[in-house]
Amino acid sequence: MALPFPLSDLLVILPELILSELALGILLWAAVVKRERERALAWASLASLAIAAALLPVAASFAGELPRSAFGGMIALDGFSLFFKALTLLAAAVTILFSLRFVGTSPYPGGEYYALLLLTTVGMMFMASGTHLVSIYVALELMALSQYVLAGYFKQETKSVEAAAKYFVLGAFSSGVLLYGLSLVYGATGTLSLGGVSAALEAAPRSTLLMVGVVLVACGMLFKVASAPFHVWAPDVYEGAPTPVSAFFAVGPKLAAYAIFARIFFDGFGPRSDDWAPVLAASAALTMVVGNVGALMQTNVKRLLGYSSIGHAGYALLGLLAYRAGGAAGQPEAFGLWAILFYLTAYLLMTFGAFGLVVLLEAKGYATESVDDFNGLWKRNPLAAGAMVVFLLSLAGIPPTAGFVGKYLLFSAALKAGWPALVVLGVLMSAVSLFYYFRIVRAMYLVDGEGEVRWREEPAVAVAVGLCFAGTLAFGVLPQPLIALAKSCLLP
Amino acid sequence: MEGAAMNAVVPMTVPLNAFLAVGTILFVIGLAGVLLKRNALSMFLSIELMMNAVNLLFLAYARMRGDASGQMVVFFVIAVAAAEAAVGLAIFVALFRAKRSIDVDEIASLKW
Repeated sequence: MALPFPLSDLLVILPELILSELALGILLWAAVVKRERERALAWASLASLAIAAALLPVAASFAGELPRSAFGGMIALDGFSLFFKALTLLAAAVTILFSLRFVGTSPYPGGEYYALLLLTTVGMMFMASGTHLVSIYVALELMALSQYVLAGYFKQETKSVEAAAKYFVLGAFSSGVLLYGLSLVYGATGTLSLGGVSAALEAAPRSTLLMVGVVLVACGMLFKVASAPFHVWAPDVYEGAPTPVSAFFAVGPKLAAYAIFARIFFDGFGPRSDDWAPVLAASAALTMVVGNVGALMQTNVKRLLGYSSIGHAGYALLGLLAYRAGGAAGQPEAFGLWAILFYLTAYLLMTFGAFGLVVLLEAKGYATESVDDFNGLWKRNPLAAGAMVVFLLSLAGIPPTAGFVGKYLLFSAALKAGWPALVVLGVLMSAVSLFYYFRIVRAMYLVDGEGEVRWREEPAVAVAVGLCFAGTLAFGVLPQPLIALAKSCLLP
Repeated sequence: MEGAAMNAVVPMTVPLNAFLAVGTILFVIGLAGVLLKRNALSMFLSIELMMNAVNLLFLAYARMRGDASGQMVVFFVIAVAAAEAAVGLAIFVALFRAKRSIDVDEIASLKW
């Protein structure tokens, strides 16, 4: 029987294929493993991620000249997708390190947890390389469905289940809106491949139908990256989900969502950027304000970091707006795009670092981690307090950290692209963010008294936080290698 | 699927606009249901209605353009909706066990 695609196409998705097999293998193994030996599953999951990461260059070399399109234009392998695949694998690995004790000491078996984490990673990897609206949609749902379950994994905790229910209802709703937008785009252009949509948009006259479709797709995407006014789910889900899962949600899915956001809107809807740029600009402005002002009022640390991540989604939108700054897409001058790649890497490091320290705090009850829990941390563990200060400085965008360089690149890209008002707003909101980040610093250094909360030494989390710490400082002092890498990984 | 038959624009007895109108109305009913209903199951049913409305639109456009890819989308959407139903209903069962209610107004330990 003849295959509808050349067999070599399978090599393009080799890392994803192997990772899916390994995830299913872990799921099977989980059915027979004894509860006290579950830690082996976690190490096996880490090994699976490492194997998938090692296969990325193998797939790239088998694929021949990049960008390589496969499966009739459904999937593409290029520098852009490789960059995001590597980042999502890193995010999943850090999450597993965070989960070792958190899940191991919980009353819930860990097998399905790790398998779901790997499957959601597969979904994110496919999102990074999808070049057809259908493959992007299916990958998105693979990611999202695994995440709904992960959010509610601690199923006897009311907060966890509530987080899952909210995430599910709003997530499914936003998928419906996205699909409706896609159907309008399909109706107007008659194709669903991004290249085809782009070509049809060049030729087609302006039509209301098409504009509504593009705006609805934008709304669906804004939901996925938790931008205002579609952000309401994020703080609730981050608060209610198990802490390692919250950390993962704040980073992994957002990276993947930005990858498809960039691809759909540059590769697909690029010719109509006049239609969608105002929508994105309005959302970016609103997101920066809502995220940073909302965080001021929070006492729960996970909620605070949730609002802060909404603010960061707003900064990253500036980069999407500015993708054309200084040259055509794909040129090294496509400033906005490589600024986003740099910024998202920095965001991964500093957000995981901050969440890692929340994981290390032994909370009094499920999802009750408050700012007060950090009281007097400086005396109990000066090293951890110092690391937290660096992460918070980086989140606020103060040198010499990666967060500063990333924000600087984003803001200068937005200036070049002609959005000065948004840049001013962004700088103002960064100043606002100092207030709430400093509240944690104040709790650690200036408030007396041992918080009643115990501090837990845990090597796996410490290693992960140490990596994030090293990266945050290294890319802050020496950003050039990462910038060079990001420049070589632009959209074709 | 015969390529020739698919590629020809087939004349329709029911005008295309009728399909589009029904699809859009169904979508809006679903949208209103999600926003107005307070029972999680009803909200979920409304979401399913939205997805089926989209299916109808994809089929109508596929017929209009004589292009098979719109029909292909529908199969994917149906499969995803089935998976979504499995996950969603499981979450609602867990929610009911924890709260003895699936009324979203009572889901308040996290600020909605």
